[in-house]
Amino acid sequence: MADDVRERVIGLIAERMAVEADQITDDTHFINDLQSDSLDMAELVIDLEEEFDITISDEDAQKIETVGQAISHIEEA
Amino acid sequence: MTKRRVVVTGIGVISPVGHDRETAWAAVREGRSGVKTITAFDTSEFDVRIAGEIQDFDPLQHFDKRKLNRRDRFVQFALVAAEQAIGQARLDFDREDRSRIGAFIGTGIGGLHEIESQHTRLVKSGPRRTSPLMIPKLMTNAAAGQVAMRYNIHGPSMSISSACASSSHAIAEAVQSIRWGTVDVQLCGGSEAALTPLGLSGFQQMKALSTRNDDPPGASRPFDASRDGFVMAEGAAILILEDLDHARARAAEPLAEIAGYGASSDAYHITLPEPEGKGAALAMRNALADAGLQPEQIDYVNAHGTGTQAGDSAEAQAIVRVFGDHAQKLAISSSKSVFGHLLGASGALESAVCIWALQDNIVPPTINLTEPDPDCCGLDFVPNEARQRELHTVISNSFGFGGHNVSLVIRKFAD
Repeated sequence: MADDVRERVIGLIAERMAVEADQITDDTHFINDLQSDSLDMAELVIDLEEEFDITISDEDAQKIETVGQAISHIEEA
Repeated sequence: MTKRRVVVTGIGVISPVGHDRETAWAAVREGRSGVKTITAFDTSEFDVRIAGEIQDFDPLQHFDKRKLNRRDRFVQFALVAAEQAIGQARLDFDREDRSRIGAFIGTGIGGLHEIESQHTRLVKSGPRRTSPLMIPKLMTNAAAGQVAMRYNIHGPSMSISSACASSSHAIAEAVQSIRWGTVDVQLCGGSEAALTPLGLSGFQQMKALSTRNDDPPGASRPFDASRDGFVMAEGAAILILEDLDHARARAAEPLAEIAGYGASSDAYHITLPEPEGKGAALAMRNALADAGLQPEQIDYVNAHGTGTQAGDSAEAQAIVRVFGDHAQKLAISSSKSVFGHLLGASGALESAVCIWALQDNIVPPTINLTEPDPDCCGLDFVPNEARQRELHTVISNSFGFGGHNVSLVIRKFAD
């Protein structure tokens, strides 16, 4: 299950940010490594909400800075 | 104060008859229609199933996926056309003062693809599921903003929106900004991509469109007695306008000169033109006055000529009003007979046609003109075959829903 979440999250990020999935690790930082801006992050949150049928509050979304943090958030939801 | 002279040094086009200058001009000259059966979406429930659709445009050939995600189709067209124009003008931004280059890019409608797809999401999944990119993608100024960003130019940039006169207004304002000395170079013109279910439905419901679905190439028939409306089209045209001295200083070759422009308002009806063409005539008169020319000095008029009953007749009357006896000596044609109607991008594309006509001394034809409508004053609409004719000075007309009229005077460049 955990690996499945990781794979799906990384897949979404790869698609959204137009990077290869194998370039993404838990430590990948959205701003520093993927040059995401606030609009990318807002889109990504919607992607995650739709994929996992969850709601991510704005407050929680603002805490997500790395891919690992996004995966943990989904796993804990 | 002597007016600064404004020349065109580059042209880029994405049109229904070709995605580059040479292909598009050959089709216009040879009278090959770009109107086809629509393939982008299912039109089986529509009364209208034809358009001047851009059918073989792969945006991934031009943009990476992430950038593409931020650009509506009309912005994609504008960026590709701008790139071509910059290439022809051999404009090297590293050698330019970037604060003196601007971008005025018109569109009649803006990002209709984005509006429609996001509205579908809103209805289907609710207000927390629409894209945060929706607004910056759909806004009419997105093309001008993205062009400025792509080339890191810092002069004024904006969209100009006056329906089907948008890109001609953009050229006119670009001319003014160069004359005034605000900038030395303008990337100007227009882009349109409103060929969506909502866009087609909207124009169809106005009864503005041809329903000649069984004969797509024969559907756009400006000035013909059997015309039954215009044909929607999409695409973009961007011109590089430049102060003549600036062009000379960098040894750029002027393709033509924008000698003047005139604009006016019908102030008559939300869609119909003033039936005697008074507003259109005022725009042409203003343009001649701005260029310091007499009507007899015009050789050719590239008409707005959409193929609607009311529009073509009003424009023909306007031409007679302005040119008097000389109207009979003018060559007049509508390139919409070939392209269909690119709405807000049409004026810039037809200005490009005027420049190519001047360069080659060829008057492009009005195709599908088999029986000229008596309502169109018996003028010479150059039916079906291009004509060799020495051209010096021409006019491009564009008129928009809402009664916005623009005429541009374009002439062969001479020192």
